[in-house]
Amino acid sequence: MEQNMNEKLDKGLNIKTRRLIAYIVLIFLTFLCLFWFYVLFINATRSNGELKKGFVPIPSTHLIENWKNLRAGILPVWQGMFNSLIVSTLCAVFSTYFSTMTAYAIHAYDFKLKKPIFTFILAIMMIPTQVTALGFVQLMTKMKMEDSLIPLIVPTIAAPVTFFYMKQYMESTLPLSIVEAARIDGSGELRTFNHIVLPLMKPAIAVQAIFTFVLNWNNYFIPALILHSDNKKTLPVLIAQLRSADFLKFDMGQVYIMIAFSIFPVIIVYLLLSKFIVQGVALGGVKG
Amino acid sequence: MKQKAGRGNSKAVSYNKWGYIFLIPFFAVFIVFQFVPLVSTVYNSFFENYRSGLIQVGPNFIGLENYKTLFTNGELLTYTKNTLIMWVMGFIPQIIVSLLLASWFSDQRLRLKATSFFKTVIYLPNLIMASAFAMLFYTLFADGGPINLILMQLGILQEPFKFFSSIWGSRSLVALMNFLMWFGNTTILLMAGMMGIDPALFEAAEVDGATSTQVFWKITLPLLKPILLYVMITSLIGGLQMFDVPQILTNGKGEPVRSTMTLIMYLNNHLYSKNYGLGGALSVCLFIITAILSLIIFKVSGNDKKAR
Repeated sequence: MEQNMNEKLDKGLNIKTRRLIAYIVLIFLTFLCLFWFYVLFINATRSNGELKKGFVPIPSTHLIENWKNLRAGILPVWQGMFNSLIVSTLCAVFSTYFSTMTAYAIHAYDFKLKKPIFTFILAIMMIPTQVTALGFVQLMTKMKMEDSLIPLIVPTIAAPVTFFYMKQYMESTLPLSIVEAARIDGSGELRTFNHIVLPLMKPAIAVQAIFTFVLNWNNYFIPALILHSDNKKTLPVLIAQLRSADFLKFDMGQVYIMIAFSIFPVIIVYLLLSKFIVQGVALGGVKG
Repeated sequence: MKQKAGRGNSKAVSYNKWGYIFLIPFFAVFIVFQFVPLVSTVYNSFFENYRSGLIQVGPNFIGLENYKTLFTNGELLTYTKNTLIMWVMGFIPQIIVSLLLASWFSDQRLRLKATSFFKTVIYLPNLIMASAFAMLFYTLFADGGPINLILMQLGILQEPFKFFSSIWGSRSLVALMNFLMWFGNTTILLMAGMMGIDPALFEAAEVDGATSTQVFWKITLPLLKPILLYVMITSLIGGLQMFDVPQILTNGKGEPVRSTMTLIMYLNNHLYSKNYGLGGALSVCLFIITAILSLIIFKVSGNDKKAR
């Protein structure tokens, strides 16, 4: 009996130490994740002179001044923000709408090529955009769509990953009896899709819209190859320009505020929607 | 009766044609923006087509000559090695930390508090614009940047450590950023996998007096194998596409001595210098490697389904 008690005590201690270790590691990782953004925020509020003197962990008062200097500089930051917003929003809309439509086609209808088409879409899921970039850029040049936002938006209509998520979601939440009922009520197929299926898919659409938005907001490879004139560039391309201009030689306050300008909107949106997003990742990850 | 059945059938057929109609946008866009570019990339790989100064050479058909050049001039090997080294340097800590966190988060006995806060924080770097994050690291780790200043103020360093002139310094920074950006994502995937394990197994182990270390090695890990493999291969596919971070960090040069030059940066250079022949051949190689890796995932998740 006593031995048993001892064992239990042992286990209890064991759990306490394990919990302590877990908290220490978690706090360290939290620090590792947030430290950079903290420094970024602090440094964005400091003037070039202050930055050169050394690092001080409290914010200064030059945030607005840095921002004004950046606006007066050569980088069209507002235009870049605007372009990024347009591209990411339209991508999110097109990608989720048409992926839901594609998933619905496979989910709700029976046709001869259904199975092979489904397998085919899964197979092309892993093709990286980089390996077709060469042909893509050549084609866009031929179609006179170089230096335009269109080639960044339209291709997201065919998004196999979003399609797969929608298909999974439909399997668990969209009973075909609803579609049957709509048919009996005389609703056309497109109407049924737009007015009955889409509203039922709202939670999945929200999750995928967020992901598509962020993916395109951050996208750098293809925009850098397609966009050439300054007023068409998206934020990541402007950041690259900042890097190659070797701004380090002059005003660091401007560099920090530019980085903050591209990073903080996403952080704020993320903090508002984080519950959605973390759940979405877990759902999307369990494949098969 | 017969007539009715016939009518029903034809109606089903007329409904089912909508399956094809709804697939039109996807396939129209896929063919124009992915399939045609893929074919033309492959086509380009058989032609000599580049600019040397102001002179445009080609396009002339040269068969497999581009592939020969690609494999013999040594650059491909170096850049593959760089890419893999930086991937491994990021992936090993990533998988260890993620396994640890996932097992802590899903351990009922540990009863950790504030887990949703920690999950939110560790996933955050994944959503940050990689190019802006790299630019941030470039400024933070610059010779006169805040990290060096802090380390000197704390008395750890006497003079600034030149991260971007050191091969392992720059590679470590790339690996660190990859680690930070992906360990949260991997943790959440592994956790979803661990939640899927039958709780009865853990209870039985507890009754039998297994320690949590034993439970982890003997139950969790073996049952997690398919998901671990999935995570590893998708991470490898992502690793082969490594671009934004080293590109911005080194301004596209892959310095020092091209030790951080990745395969996609190499491809990007060919695209910028309009060397479409070699660029095409490189794209085809990357496509084949990715296809093989994807096939493995397909097989693994297929077996997984059968097992269930």
